[in-house]
This record gives sequence, C-alpha cells and structure tokens, in this order.
Amino acid sequence: MARAYLNARLLDPASGLDTVGGLIVKDGVIADLGPSVTADALADDMSKIDCGGACLAPGLVDIRVRVGEPGEAHKETIASASAAAAAGGVTALACLPDGPEPIDRRAGLEYVARRAREIKSTKIFAYACVTRGAEGRELAEMGLLAEAGAVAFSDGRHAVADALVMSRALAYAGALGKTIVQHPEEPRLASEGVMNAGEIATRLGLSGIPRQAEPIMIERDLRLVELTGARYHVAHVSTAESVEILRHAKRRGLPVTCDTAPPYFALTEVDVGDYRTFARLSPPLRGDADRQAVVEGVADGTIDIIASDHWPQDVESKRLPFALAEPGIVGLETLLPLTLELVHRGQVPLMQALAALTCRPADLIGHKLGRLAKGAPADLVLFDLDRPGRIEVDRFRSKSKNSPFDGRPVSGAVLATIVDGRPVYQAEDFG
Amino acid sequence: MPDSSVPERLRQRHLLAISDLSEAEITLLLDCADSYVEQSRQPDKKSSQLRGRTVINLFFENSTRTRTSFEVAGKRLGADTVNMSVGSSSIKKGETLIDTALTLNAMHPDVLIVRHPESGAVELLSQKVSAAVINGGDGSHEHPTQALLDALTIRRRVGRLAGLKVAICGDIMHSRVARSNIHLLNIMGAQVRAIAPPTLLPPAIERLGVAVFHDMRAGLEGADIVMMLRLQLERMQGSFVPSTREYYRLYGLDRDKLSVANPEALIMHPGPMNRGVEIDSDVADDINRSVILDQVELGVAVRMACLDQLTRVLDAEGGD
Repeated sequence: MARAYLNARLLDPASGLDTVGGLIVKDGVIADLGPSVTADALADDMSKIDCGGACLAPGLVDIRVRVGEPGEAHKETIASASAAAAAGGVTALACLPDGPEPIDRRAGLEYVARRAREIKSTKIFAYACVTRGAEGRELAEMGLLAEAGAVAFSDGRHAVADALVMSRALAYAGALGKTIVQHPEEPRLASEGVMNAGEIATRLGLSGIPRQAEPIMIERDLRLVELTGARYHVAHVSTAESVEILRHAKRRGLPVTCDTAPPYFALTEVDVGDYRTFARLSPPLRGDADRQAVVEGVADGTIDIIASDHWPQDVESKRLPFALAEPGIVGLETLLPLTLELVHRGQVPLMQALAALTCRPADLIGHKLGRLAKGAPADLVLFDLDRPGRIEVDRFRSKSKNSPFDGRPVSGAVLATIVDGRPVYQAEDFG
Repeated sequence: MPDSSVPERLRQRHLLAISDLSEAEITLLLDCADSYVEQSRQPDKKSSQLRGRTVINLFFENSTRTRTSFEVAGKRLGADTVNMSVGSSSIKKGETLIDTALTLNAMHPDVLIVRHPESGAVELLSQKVSAAVINGGDGSHEHPTQALLDALTIRRRVGRLAGLKVAICGDIMHSRVARSNIHLLNIMGAQVRAIAPPTLLPPAIERLGVAVFHDMRAGLEGADIVMMLRLQLERMQGSFVPSTREYYRLYGLDRDKLSVANPEALIMHPGPMNRGVEIDSDVADDINRSVILDQVELGVAVRMACLDQLTRVLDAEGGD
C-alpha cells in the first residue's frame, strides 16, 4: 500500500534537493518525490500524512555503534539499540566488532544479521576485526568476512599499532575493495593515560594522553596508504593537528576519509570537572582549540562523517574512580540534536551537516542508502528543525544512560523514523 | 587575640583538597593545630572534644605512618577510632568502594579518613556518606593533611609562610604531597619551585604556580625550604629515570648541592625516606637543618585540628 508524506521540507544532501513538497512510499521504496507531489495530485484512497512543514530527510546512517551483543547484553541489546536508533532517527547503523566476543569469524556476522532480521527495525550492519581477536597481531580472515557481509574492517577501540600488520591489512583489504577504519592513537603514548594531558589532568592527578598520540598514528598510516593505495578511514578525530593533517592528505588526493563524534565538537576536557566519568571517552575530550578545529573540519568537509560513537556502559562501569571507569557514552539518541547545534549556531550549513549523517556514512559502508531518490529504500527521518527541548537520559530507549548531555537544552526533535517504508518510531505528539 | 580575618569555622564538612580551602581556612586549621602541640607534649595527652564520636580510618592502600598519626590524633581527642584496611586486590572489583562506603555509613561514623590509590576516589566516596570525610591521600591528586603539617612545621620554625622560597624536589608527577603543597604554599603567598627531571614532572605544572628547574643547584639557589619527595624504587629502573645512582648524582640532596641554598634552609621529607637515593643520611640527620621528625610530631597536632574543626562543622550542621 502506498503512503504519501505531504507538505514536508524535502532535504537530500546527495543531490542538493531542498524544497517543499511530498514523497510517496510504495513497497518499501521511494516511488516519487518533489514539489509536484501534493494532496490534489494523489488518489483519494492513498494514505496521506501532513508533515506540517517539518524536514523529511534520508534516515541517519551511524557508522560507529556498540550494540552490546554478543557479550554485553547487560549494557545494551540489539533490540534496545534498535529502539534507541529509531528514536534518534537512525535507520541504519554499523556495529563495532571488538566486544567481549570479537567479530573475527563469520559466525559473529551471521549472529548480528540474524538478530537484526528478527527485530526488523533499524538496519544493522557490522564491521569485522582487522586482526584476530582485535589483538593486533595476525590478520583476521578478511576475505571470508567480506563475503559474509562485513562492511569494513576495524579493531574498534584498539589501534592497529604494528606498522607491518597495518601495512599488510591495508594492502589486503584494498584488494577486497574494503576500507580499514583506524582508532587513531599511538597505544604506547596513550597507555597510562585516562584523559587529555595538560593542566586539568595535572591538577586532578590523572595521567594524561598527549594529543600527539593521535596525529602520530595518522601520519604513519598515511605513509602506509601511499605505499598500498588502499582506502583508509580515521575514526573519531579529536585534535586540531589531526584535522589539519587530514585536510592536507585529502588535498594530495589520498583515498582517506574520517569522522568525528558529537562530544568532540560539543565538549572539552573542562567537562571532566571533578572526575565526571561520563566525560571519560576514548579518545579523550581535548582543549577548546581542538574542539573549534573539529567544528571547522566538519564545516569545510575535511571531516566527512559524524558518528554517534554509541558506547553503552552500565552504572557499575561508570560509578568508579575516574581511572577505573570504562570509557564511552551513549549517543544514538543525541546524534541529531547535537549535530543540529552546529547548524543553529551558523557554523555548519544544514545540508553539510545532513551529508555527514546520511549519504557519506552510507558510502563508507558501501551501501546505497542515505538518499532521497526514486527507487531508493524508503529509510527516512522526519524532524522538526527548531523545536526546543532538553536532552533527558531517563527517556532514552538505550539500556544504558551514560550521557554527559543530560539536561542540555537543544533545538530539533525527531518526529518519525521510517525504515523500508515502515514507521519504526513516532513521537508521542505526531501522527 | 585572634586575627579578625580568621573564620569561626570551615565552610565544608569534608577536607578533600587544599585547592578547596581559602587562606583564612588554612590559617584557622594551623592556629588550631598550634594549640594541640602543647597538649601532645603533656603527660596527660587526652582531651574530650570528640568524646562519643566514631572515627574510622579506611585505608585502601598500605600505610603505617599516616594511619597511626590519625589514630593517635583521634584517641587524644577522646574519639573511638577504628581501623579498616581494604586489600588492594579487592578494590579492583567494581563496586567495592561505593559498597564499602554505604556499609560503613550505616554504622553512623562521624568522621571517615580515607586513603585510596586512585585520584578522585575519596571525593566519590564522600558523596555517598553522611560522615565528614578527610582525604588521607588519593592517587596522585592530594594529601591535604600532609601539606598542612608541612606548613605548620615551617610556620613554627620560621614564623611565616609568605615570601619564602620553597623548593620541592623529586617525583612531582606521581606525588599528591607535591600537589597539595603547591596549592597551599601558593595560597599562603610563598614562592614555589619544582625541581625534577622532565620525566617526573606532569604536563603544564607551571600553570599551578611553580617555577620549574631541571638543574637541582639552580633550583636550590637561595631556597629557604627544601622539600624532598620520595621516589618509588620501581620508577628508577629505566622507566622514568635511568638508574638509582644516576638519580642520586643529579637529584639526591647532599651537602654539596645544599650549599647554594639559604644557609638556614630547612630540609623536609614526608617519609619514608630512601636514604642514599633522594637524600643523603648526612643531611637527613642534621639536627640543625632537618625538620623531618618535627613533621611527624606536628602531623598528629594537625590531624587533631582537622578532626576538631570538621566535627564543629558537623555540630553546626546538626544544629541548623
């Protein structure tokens, strides 16, 4: 049965479309869209939804999520992560492979795919490990894993530190047409640290991670990319130097992309305050000059993608002395409003922000998603760009509530999320 | 007659960090401690300010000196003192810190003295209990009673803190004693110098208000007070400095290096000392210069003052 979304602001960053109009969904795909799709032009018996001028865009594609399974279902499950994603306007996500049971064999990928089919909500893809057990020593069976649907390769929170292993991983993945996603942190320089090195860490008596740990790893990897010609993606860029290095590498035409996560443009090391473990992240929150450079990187497109870096932690993993607490924050339900802060402040154009959340991450994982186009899957988010609200962790669908953004005033709210034409989320006051 | 700028009591129920205190609060604690020095020198050392109070020493890290000092302080004020040591193996297990705090809290202690190997752990615990909490040392963060007893030692010998040139030498990176002293000395108007190899200085330490020296003689030039820090032996075998003997040569305090300091300079050490590593026995035992045993004596008086002042805050809160 067909359904029409009418009187919407259609936003498609891939094509640059920004117009008031309608969009027709039929058999799970977009059958038509544009200014000419209006109530008058449609058959009377078609189901029609008046969007009231709200923004209708491709559903968000979140390329870095921890879903808790397999292995940490007390923190999150694929079901709870799917519900959180739907509430956050995320219609596709890629989960990281370095949980307690690393995805380094086909069975891990098949498990995630089966659970995703059963839940039938947000589309769930998975990375596979670069190395067995994400231990950084021997290559995982990348060919078999690619065949089984791995969207790219990553050792998650662990950097592939050994230069020889990284060089071979890049070369091998390149032949498979797959990207290596690196956690950019020189592990020896970072090994003792729990927050950004500097005055605040020194005052708190916490050991610091020097910001140089990040560009050192990126610069080394870029040499290996030159050597192998393989596609390389830098996860969660957090320092000004990294942004500058990547800007330069792209100018030189290297096959390099990168992403960041909202905390790196919304917070700084000052937010650690008096040992707030919700501000313990990996990489750590940096200084304000770094934060500003990340904003500029998003604005000029050096930073291609914004991912949530969703990393659920239960209370027991966070209610600890800072250095003993696990890193990470939940992010699926705050990805859109925090990104829209950049738009509302005039720092990033709306289309640029949406591109970083939709078509570009879809391209990274090699799926034809994140677009409003005839024949494309009807994966959509309907959102009110300006609606004022407040982030409330108690309302999160995620099983874990570890967010440093609780109580933050934001503008922008998801009204509905649609996957393959099916509504998977609707705000209480919509529809 | 008391100085009118000294407040009647502390603003907070906990003593977690020197950086939370004002100059007036520090002066209040030091003045109070002065009054307890005499009491501790009498044959009858006991008074009754804390009669009926329960003071628990909760140590998640080995300690003999500090724990004993707090225990003696509590007993001299008439409190019931209880020692509780939690093995270092069990603290790694998730909730033990909070669980222990809640368990102890249910016993209605009045003061908890807490030492923990992790920075910030004492503050975290303080949020979960109704007792007054004294930080007995948390990780590399702060050790406020040590800084107070050092200040009392200096004040009683020299008569003031303001304007003194104080050199702190050694493993500043890992030292909570150094951080507390840097804060206290800055608040009280002293000039603080940090002397250490670059590998034992934390980043941006100058932002805490110290002049940094890597050459010990340069740093000791004209110093009125020389505070030596203990260097953990495991940090001297190639990880932070190349060897014990090299460290002694470059940063060990001996008569020769000390000769550039003020001839009256006092030598301090929080103990326990590594003789022949960071300090020469010849200097450590010089009764004219070394005030290391004074520090131990005054430590008890300072801890009596902290217990006294914090229970006054409890009294005031209870009366509100």
